[in-house]
Amino acid sequence: MFIAWRDLAFAKGRFGLLGGVIALMTFMVVMLSGLTAGLGAASVSAVSSLPVDAIAFSQPADGQDVSFTDSSLSARAADRLGGRTGVHAAYPFGLRPTQVEGPGATVAVTLLGGDPALYPARTAGATPAPGQVAITAEVADAAGLHVGELATVGGSRLRVAAVVDDASFSHLPMVYTDLATWQRLAHSERVTAVGLRLSGTSPGALDTDTVHVLSKKDAFAAVGSYTSEQGSLNLMRGLLIVVSVLVVGSFFTVWTMQRAGDLAVVRAIGASRGYLLADALGQAAVVLLAGSALGAGAAVAAGLVAAQVVPFHLAAPTLLVPLAAMAGTGLVGAAVSVRRIGSVDPLTALGAAR
Amino acid sequence: MTRFYTQLAPRTRPAGEVDRPALVLDRVRLTFPDGDARAVALDDVTVRVGQAEFVAVTGPSGSGKSSLLAVAGALIAPESGRVVVAGEDLAGLDAAGRDRLRLASIGFVFQQPNLLPSLTVLDQLMLVAHVRRSAAAPARERALRLLDRVGLAGMQARRPAALSGGERQRVSVARALMGDPALLLVDEPTSALDHDRGAAVVQLLREITDERSLATVMVTHDLQHLGRVDRTVTMADGRLHDQARTVDDRR
Repeated sequence: MFIAWRDLAFAKGRFGLLGGVIALMTFMVVMLSGLTAGLGAASVSAVSSLPVDAIAFSQPADGQDVSFTDSSLSARAADRLGGRTGVHAAYPFGLRPTQVEGPGATVAVTLLGGDPALYPARTAGATPAPGQVAITAEVADAAGLHVGELATVGGSRLRVAAVVDDASFSHLPMVYTDLATWQRLAHSERVTAVGLRLSGTSPGALDTDTVHVLSKKDAFAAVGSYTSEQGSLNLMRGLLIVVSVLVVGSFFTVWTMQRAGDLAVVRAIGASRGYLLADALGQAAVVLLAGSALGAGAAVAAGLVAAQVVPFHLAAPTLLVPLAAMAGTGLVGAAVSVRRIGSVDPLTALGAAR
Repeated sequence: MTRFYTQLAPRTRPAGEVDRPALVLDRVRLTFPDGDARAVALDDVTVRVGQAEFVAVTGPSGSGKSSLLAVAGALIAPESGRVVVAGEDLAGLDAAGRDRLRLASIGFVFQQPNLLPSLTVLDQLMLVAHVRRSAAAPARERALRLLDRVGLAGMQARRPAALSGGERQRVSVARALMGDPALLLVDEPTSALDHDRGAAVVQLLREITDERSLATVMVTHDLQHLGRVDRTVTMADGRLHDQARTVDDRR
């Protein structure tokens, strides 16, 4: 990288501009990644935190997709699932949106009724007895509720027995109670779905005419708007990465063309094509990595602030995957652009008036 | 006229190199595509250049002077004939082999200095050392000695934009010598310089040719410099027309 480092120092403005664009692109991609993960968690964290391998739904009507909103299974169907070969345990549960009224505020929530094994880890209180609720920390804060107090849940007064880790479903924070209480509040004897722990069988093998079983991860798609929401955000991320590749590719195309004469001279001196390609790719890698790291750093800082007001989730994969995607695809764009170095003819150095 | 008195240590000659011509072109033919036909750039050209010999190549535009340099410099393979540089026959070399030969045995001084704008004067020379994977410290020492030799002592930190045309051409000469070549190919080195600066550059080439026992081939239109060369060959229509030995007191 003899020439590369000196070019970087010499053409600070041009490379600074490119690095700035890459940093900005990376910033947007990482912010979108954090938002995607945050919104995803707000949609499905109540499902992802369920200690089950698969979820059984009622078969959707023709032309319809499986959804938590439309799924409804009888108690008998739920019992039968528990007896199927390969099903280690079955947890029927109900899910419905409702409201919790506390001294502080009335909060829109999703109420899950089912076995306490389905609840997230407790941070305060004890396992709720029948007729009691466990509320997430978010609900406790928003509604001003504490363990031992009475909350109005869907019009019924229920005692708060525990506060559990945050989880949410379809962007609403969770409240947990037993299945019988849920059915009473829902005015129904049916359940929404059944969580299954499997051993030695696949979810699809449990399908029947009336029951459709999905892996827990596949069941995310049954949460209303999750798929379209994630799809839109991922499309934006993808487009940003494509734009970034085009910007990097265009820059290095112009840059390579501009210095074709210099490269011909270096080739005439005796430098191999490999020498020049390694030098040029090294230069591109330095700009990409520096720009990406700068953008990612800024996104982490901004994300910490944003997380106070919007669902923003930044973890190592959220940060490193888009960072690697930006740098990796950018390098591909640069490689495609600088490949023309391989065709630089040292003969053109003779008589080249530059 | 500027004179340069700093002497460099003579070039280290590999065993067997003594008395061997540094460049042999034997019945070389080179053609280029020209529409449906092929234009003849070199036609049955035979020339030998010995060590410590300074040969000028003259002729009108399009006569094949630059093609001769290109073939001699292993930049292009001839259609037929034999080219031997520093004892190595180009016929047995692929493109990578020609790269290696240029790096090891050939120095170029181009019509324009063709210096890389981002590199300092010293780095222009160190680039050659880097491509050759030479150790940095001795290479730097050699580069500074060469710069001193071409009259650019103290200018190693400057970039090309801060140099005059003559100074740039002298950097180009020093760069060509950095790889300790057996053959120095010079393409119209004075075309962008005024008379005095041009004469100084040709005088420098004369001195270096003698000091380093180089074989120097210089393409030139400028007949006033022919008094400083050992021999002048004239080209027309891709053929060598005559080879005249300079008999005056060129030195």
